[in-house]
Amino acid sequence: MSATIETLEAMERPPVSMASRLQGELLEVSMGPQHPSTHGVFRMNVALEGEIVRKLKPVFGYLHRNHEKIGENTSYLGSMPYTDRLDYFCSMTNNWAYALSVEKLAGIEVPERAEYLRVILAELTRLQNHASLLGFLLSDMGAWGTPLMYAFREREKILDLFESLAGSRMMCDYMRFGGCRVDPSDEWLAQAKQIAERFPKFLDEFEDLILGNEIVIGRTQNVGKLSAELAVNAGITGPMLRACGVNYDIRKVDGYGFYPRFKFRIPLGEHGDTYDRLMMRALEMRESVQILKQAFAQVQPGPVMNPKAKIRAFRPPVGEAYGHIEAPKGELGFYLISDGSPNPYRYRVRPPSFINLTILEDMCLGHTVADVMVILGSVDIVMGEVDR
Amino acid sequence: MGSFDFARDDSFFVMESLDQIKSRIEAAVPGAKIEIVQNGSPSQQRSLLIDNEHAVAIARFLRVDPALCLDFCSNVTGIDWLDRVVKKTTKVKTLVDGQEKEIVETTEEKIPGYLEAVYHLYSMTHKHGPVIVRMRTADRAEGTRLPSFTPIWRSAEFQEREIFDLYGIHFEGHPDLRRILMWDEFEDYPMRKDYREPDDYEWEPTPHDAVLEKAKQHYTPRPELDGAEAIVEPLKG
Repeated sequence: MSATIETLEAMERPPVSMASRLQGELLEVSMGPQHPSTHGVFRMNVALEGEIVRKLKPVFGYLHRNHEKIGENTSYLGSMPYTDRLDYFCSMTNNWAYALSVEKLAGIEVPERAEYLRVILAELTRLQNHASLLGFLLSDMGAWGTPLMYAFREREKILDLFESLAGSRMMCDYMRFGGCRVDPSDEWLAQAKQIAERFPKFLDEFEDLILGNEIVIGRTQNVGKLSAELAVNAGITGPMLRACGVNYDIRKVDGYGFYPRFKFRIPLGEHGDTYDRLMMRALEMRESVQILKQAFAQVQPGPVMNPKAKIRAFRPPVGEAYGHIEAPKGELGFYLISDGSPNPYRYRVRPPSFINLTILEDMCLGHTVADVMVILGSVDIVMGEVDR
Repeated sequence: MGSFDFARDDSFFVMESLDQIKSRIEAAVPGAKIEIVQNGSPSQQRSLLIDNEHAVAIARFLRVDPALCLDFCSNVTGIDWLDRVVKKTTKVKTLVDGQEKEIVETTEEKIPGYLEAVYHLYSMTHKHGPVIVRMRTADRAEGTRLPSFTPIWRSAEFQEREIFDLYGIHFEGHPDLRRILMWDEFEDYPMRKDYREPDDYEWEPTPHDAVLEKAKQHYTPRPELDGAEAIVEPLKG
């Protein structure tokens, strides 16, 4: 070793000049796909200046299995269990969106009791999705464990209901074209009603725990602001859009199912920041409980399946249909083209969380890396749906 | 906790009929060729087939026009239509052995295949829709080019990239047209109807029976790695 310590240091480290940072030298960081806060296998290529995000490009496809091609190669009913795997938190709403589109395509009527059951199950799904989202969001912010476990305690009650009805906690595969697969017993309805009625108690407790918390407010207010014009132009839907103050809820606009029969309000945000997005979920859960109470009071015994609906050898007439519903994450749509054969000619899923990621870069620019995780958490993505 | 308002307005406008929209576009965009595509399904969702040359002007009109104000482009998707042969039967009178006879002639018309992009447009301001707009490429090989609507509706950005990725439609004017779901080195377009998957995506074939069978046609057998046949014999002896 002939070199002295001084010369080694001089060789290995180029002299740091303050000018290079000022000239905008950026550090590229690949966040994900194995990052615990990316909610699955999602990757972002981030260019940083110090700790500030200057560029962000999402990278998709780690969970891509070409769901749409598989849908084109199976029968209409064959895709129904596979829709559960899109947004695996909300299989009931996925089923409903697909069933609704096929019913539009083939002109199938749905009996009254089945429509009520669909509303009940979709609102229960919304409750468990929003509750667990708030838990995840807080754990992204550093409130590791406790809020998430509180949320999962409530979610688990609803998943138990799903399991006793459909046989599976998450992969329910419950709806059919022209109705629902099984008729729930009166005991099941009584149990579900009890869970819905007790849910506001959990909400009170949870809101006390988190929403007034100084750290939560500090981490979320004025973070990831989104203007209403950009949100509409970028096709943002769901609670994220309503946090910007845009009054657009497909349950009201389209009035699919029996939603026109229920009285409920649409909460609207003001600033379009992460705090508003968080609040939208909390307020929507209370409205969902209201819908559930009305639905349990109105539901009557009757058939759950249209007897005229064909299950086997189902061939819709030649044509196309686009049906969409307000899923917990936004507008979930299915676009189907029939050529008269048992398989759809085209089977397209309009995934809300994929399209809601369009403006992720716009929301994150100028914020720190730690804020990126919070903003991403407030978008509410599930990779099964993003990558399909 | 801040105070949050609730929506008070539940009203929505009834949209004009598709024929009215068509005639209004033709008046606003001179030279535009628009065709209404019928839909035999009970959904009754008819669509507008617009020509590629005036597509951006038509889209801008749909977006800006105060009565329509289609500010929300919900769904963008591609469709692959292969070459089709349509059989037509016509009755022709011909002279056979001095007598006039009616003969049924079948003529075959070949419709070349094309790729299609479909846009489902809604209005968040007026809360109506959908207006379905479709564009067709010239063919399925060289002329798969369409104008991009991303400058008008940002929501088309990722969805047009997805169509480019899976169908191979090149959207002209798209700010960042790259593959999105498949990896960058991937060559074919998987959602096309005539797509055939390669034997193996990885260098080594994945151990599924069907994949292994196919891969045997390309690789020399490696019993020491793949098969137990070579090991079974000595054990017996």
